[in-house]
Amino acid sequence: MTTMSVRGSRRRTPGAVRRRVRRNLTAYGFLCGALICFAFFSWYPMVREFLLSFQKTNFVGPPEWIGLDNFRTVTEDSAFIPAWTNTAVFTGLALIVGYAVPFVAAIVLNELRHAKAYLRFVVYLPVMLPPAVAVLLFKWFYDPGPGLFNQILDLVHLPGLSWLDSTSTALISLVLVSTWMNLGTGTLIYLAALQSIPGELYEAAELDGAGLFRRVWHVTIPQTKLILLVMLLLQIVATMQVFIEPYLLTGGGPENATVTVAYLMYQYAFSFGNFGGGGALGLMLMIVLMVFSAVYLRVSRDNQI
Amino acid sequence: MSSSTVRSSSDLRPGRPARPAPPPAARDGRPSRPPRRRRKAPERPVRGLVSPQTLSTTHGRIIYWIILVTVVVGFTAIFVFPLYWMVTGAMKSSDELAQIPPSFFPTSIDWGVYKEAWDQLDLGLFLRNTIVYAAGAWLFTLVIDVTAAYALSKLRPVLGKVVLGGMLATLMIPPTVILLPAYLTVKDLPILGWNLLNTPWAIWLPAAANGFFIFLLKRFFDSIPRELLEAAEIDGAGPVRILWSIVLPVSRPIIGVVSILSVMSVWKDFVWPLLVLPDGDKMSISVGISSLSAQMPQNVLMAALVIASIPAIVVFFVFQRSIMAGLTAGSLKG
Repeated sequence: MTTMSVRGSRRRTPGAVRRRVRRNLTAYGFLCGALICFAFFSWYPMVREFLLSFQKTNFVGPPEWIGLDNFRTVTEDSAFIPAWTNTAVFTGLALIVGYAVPFVAAIVLNELRHAKAYLRFVVYLPVMLPPAVAVLLFKWFYDPGPGLFNQILDLVHLPGLSWLDSTSTALISLVLVSTWMNLGTGTLIYLAALQSIPGELYEAAELDGAGLFRRVWHVTIPQTKLILLVMLLLQIVATMQVFIEPYLLTGGGPENATVTVAYLMYQYAFSFGNFGGGGALGLMLMIVLMVFSAVYLRVSRDNQI
Repeated sequence: MSSSTVRSSSDLRPGRPARPAPPPAARDGRPSRPPRRRRKAPERPVRGLVSPQTLSTTHGRIIYWIILVTVVVGFTAIFVFPLYWMVTGAMKSSDELAQIPPSFFPTSIDWGVYKEAWDQLDLGLFLRNTIVYAAGAWLFTLVIDVTAAYALSKLRPVLGKVVLGGMLATLMIPPTVILLPAYLTVKDLPILGWNLLNTPWAIWLPAAANGFFIFLLKRFFDSIPRELLEAAEIDGAGPVRILWSIVLPVSRPIIGVVSILSVMSVWKDFVWPLLVLPDGDKMSISVGISSLSAQMPQNVLMAALVIASIPAIVVFFVFQRSIMAGLTAGSLKG
């Protein structure tokens, strides 16, 4: 902007105008690839999402406006309420484990003076695996017979569980995989944040007689408050879109115990051929997630992270 | 979204260009730092939560070692053992897999199962497909996003801010939400009427429309000192030449990060290739294995999973530094 005002105050010679035109043309020449990609694959689909949820799309004729019919269809679906409660419970459970554990892990890792590189490598290893690999691996671990988890339970003389096959444990099983494969991200991000805390703060707190937990409470947490909040919002938005776990592990069963909103959306479109219904679900999910996204945007803008 | 964002990702500063010695990049009016040096040199013991004094007492040292051992053993059990179980599980026969309690080591080391998985699941084809998708996506992402970010950062065209805003706005839209309309778009491209399903374009072009990469690149280009480019302009270099011989060489760190992130996201992606590449001979490795998983004996499936994880783990070994840098850059996006 500064260059513009400087330039505006100057007398414009024909040469300067020509240069500006040329600069703009070059710039848009450079931008055209990105503009085309964004227009087709981001901006247009965003608009289409709104249209889709109010239309009947049958691929034969042009789409037909049907008002709120799609919303009526999906809300009357017997899987609608379970889908939302499961998504909420999944997100909540994933937060309990997936939010606190990485933070504690990061605090501990930050204190260790040995094996740092190894631990950092190991904790991030599952994140590198393609999610489908991790999920299929855990599908085998969940096998009620010779699966790893029941074998471990057996080893400590506990009764085996039926994991994915029971309505009471299916959802928590999905949370376990999801947490296992995503734990590393949070841990390393917190670790980076912890390393920027000046040691003098701890020293001062210690001189004031603060014990270990009070130091965590009064120094570590306030110093990383912002990143904790940002990660909280990002994690909520990410986990609410859970799809691959129910898709590969349970197919939404048993008895809708693991059906999630994203999975139901997929089913509407690709199993029932009802893209309008899927679009309606997508729009509802978007509205919910936008609330968190908006909070995130506000937080990061206010604090200039 | 200010440039003070970078705080902890100190790796992401312009490198030193080969050409005339420029003034080092000063950002946010902070005094410029001395030229980059490996941070290893001043490895002074930084004080953490626990003071060095506490650690040097016998009592402190015992507790420290107990915690260290617990953490190392625990992390290994949680994060490495499942992988060990996968690798050895592949080498067990079906009978041995069904056996209770399971054997810790496979009775015979039989690498033949990997060959079997390779042939039965046609992993060569799936891997080749995935490499084509990832490589193409990488190329398109770099060409399209670097030029766009350069134009937005250094050429500053009319309405540039609006364009940037529109691109960053897409970051607020969770990808799952526009999955269906994006699929319909790819199936029947508006205006042009092309059907991109089952073609690599369905992966390549959407991958390039990445607001986050544009943001990372633009922020980096913003920190390249203006004088450097002006000097080249006076020497008569055009924008393409400036981009190629001045901006790109100093931008190696950020281009590395963007490259890794783009290849990894295509490699790991599941839902999008599941939808747009449904043909059996077009599938990516994740989708291919999971679509055939139900018909496979357990040990063959495990062998296939091992093969599918190897590229990712190798990449992680080699590019660990860039990957971690990308992680912190990602977390601090504003």
